[in-house]
Amino acid sequence: MHQISLETDIMGANEEAAAHNREMFDSAGVAVVNFMSAPGAGKTSLLEKTIEALKGEMRIGVIEGDLMTTIDADRIAALGVPAHQITTGSVCHLDAKMIHNSLHNLDVRELDLLIIENVGNLVCPAEFNLGEDLRVMVYSTVEGAEKPKKYPVMFHMTDAVVLNKIDLLPYSGVSFEELRDNVRDVNPDAPLFPVSCRTGEGIDEWIVWFRARIGEIRRKASAAAA
Amino acid sequence: MHEMAIVQSVLDIAFSEAEKHSSRKVSKIKLRIGELSGVVSDSIEFAFEVLRQGTLAEEAALEIEPVPLRVVCRTCGPAETLAGDLALICKNCGSGLEIVSGREMKVEYIDLD
Repeated sequence: MHQISLETDIMGANEEAAAHNREMFDSAGVAVVNFMSAPGAGKTSLLEKTIEALKGEMRIGVIEGDLMTTIDADRIAALGVPAHQITTGSVCHLDAKMIHNSLHNLDVRELDLLIIENVGNLVCPAEFNLGEDLRVMVYSTVEGAEKPKKYPVMFHMTDAVVLNKIDLLPYSGVSFEELRDNVRDVNPDAPLFPVSCRTGEGIDEWIVWFRARIGEIRRKASAAAA
Repeated sequence: MHEMAIVQSVLDIAFSEAEKHSSRKVSKIKLRIGELSGVVSDSIEFAFEVLRQGTLAEEAALEIEPVPLRVVCRTCGPAETLAGDLALICKNCGSGLEIVSGREMKVEYIDLD
């Protein structure tokens, strides 16, 4: 018997695939955003609002991840932007290889912004780097105030938190301050956007920030390419 | 249950080493898993029981060493945090804490027969 000393990163294969995606995205000059949340927080609704606001000024494509059905991709395609659905079967997250494979269906060279809607799940997607530029979490007021404490990894790793269903706050039994402070405890740097995709409250502020970040990412990418 | 995908990666790493060293049997796999890595040891063990069936690692022992969370404040230096109630804010100065260790997932070594 002999011992082989390794120190190998278990996520190494995914990290390699993510780096490969990253190269493809950079050479195509596309900004890539990974949207994550629990099921039902309102990712697709937020994407609808975001795409409606921005589709006139940039070319947007969407990759949708779900266990089953093409319902979400159909909702996005109805807005007139290309959408590709990945149905993972029983897999609870998207990985870098799935994204790579879906690029055969979605030509990133024709896009300025690629949005990836991850599988609704607060645990697993956090571990799988997809090669994205930006991570956004959607957290809804009706999930309770303690979610950031119970699922700290994903809240810690995100670049921004959109707090959806703010119109339901009076019925949720929690205060805005409690929700905000619990997010800040695990991620003091991420901006928090209270919105309601149903009433439209707060959407403008979110769009202003998101548009500016996408602009920054694309400028940085084209400066690096030049 | 992304532990299934993670254990499959562990086995892939072990099998490729076994092949490299012309070994027909993996007898032990030692992992180091950070306490803030987002995976649970019990689920890793369960996935391992399922996925090793009929492979070179069918009889392999699995050892998991947990790696505690360590944090540092960019201004004040090493800081403390309670794993039970995670707050990544420095108690001294209120700025964000950086995670030094506790996020990693590594195969430390494998034993081949």
